[in-house]
Amino acid sequence: MSDIADRVKKIVVEHLGVEEDKVTENASFIDDLGADSLDTVELVMAFEEEFGIEIPDDAAETIQTFGDAVKFISDAA
Amino acid sequence: MFDLTGKAALVTGASGGIGAEIARALHGAGATVGLSGTREGPLADLAAELGERAHVLPCNLAVPEEVEALIGRATAAMGAVDILVNNAGITRDGLMLRMSDEDWAAVIDVNLTATFRLTRAALRGMMKSRWGRIISITSVVGAEGNPGQANYAAAKAGVTALSKSLAKEVASRGVTVNCVAPGFIATAMTDKLNEEQKGRILSEVPAGRMGLPAEVGASVLYLASPEAAYVTGATLHVNGGMWMT
Repeated sequence: MSDIADRVKKIVVEHLGVEEDKVTENASFIDDLGADSLDTVELVMAFEEEFGIEIPDDAAETIQTFGDAVKFISDAA
Repeated sequence: MFDLTGKAALVTGASGGIGAEIARALHGAGATVGLSGTREGPLADLAAELGERAHVLPCNLAVPEEVEALIGRATAAMGAVDILVNNAGITRDGLMLRMSDEDWAAVIDVNLTATFRLTRAALRGMMKSRWGRIISITSVVGAEGNPGQANYAAAKAGVTALSKSLAKEVASRGVTVNCVAPGFIATAMTDKLNEEQKGRILSEVPAGRMGLPAEVGASVLYLASPEAAYVTGATLHVNGGMWMT
């Protein structure tokens, strides 16, 4: 697994308090990992901080799964 | 009764009469306090009076960059901002027919927009720690209206609505958002009124006297306390009965 994926996973595990093996490529933050709308905003802000990038609101809306997040950040970083 | 040991509170407008009493109340309950305001002299005097656990953090809320930086400075000084008291405010009174755009904007900028910016900046730390208290000092004027204060009343009503909306957004994170709305409080400002003016004001106050800054401080202390965890989106009116919801 790439370095970016590891760092994203660490943030997701810490923030949502889920088991690491639940955070799979297609795991949806809301449907599978129990996030609410505030969690998704906090996750996006944590990603921005960790990777020093800016994730605009319209892009943030497309980040639904762990895989989406890793892909977006890999493209942006 | 209320224990804030280990909590850090940032109070804006702490150089004023009400702000200083809010800081004293929180500090007296064990909190570390950050004293913000534009006048460094009174802030330093208050910090000296309080002794330990008091930090002077001068800031001009009319300057957006200073507002953005304040929470970071407060966190550096105190380790966190667990309690934010938005107390600072200005007035530019005048009948609306003659109110300039500048007087409108100045009051909205400091009383409403700076409250928005400061609160937004303080939120992340509170949400992460799953505990926070945001308390804004509004005014009876924001509920009742007052001739000559269209700008001030609009800003205070705006802060009330902001607080209610934010209260709903962050309630699940252990962060409460409330307002304290003072009526006529005895301060340096009201000392300047003559007897006739005071008499006219007091005729509208069932309690028959002006409030004390310490009575506002005690209300803020309650809302900041762990005991007030289930109170959010509320306004505590401290006005001797002159206006009731």
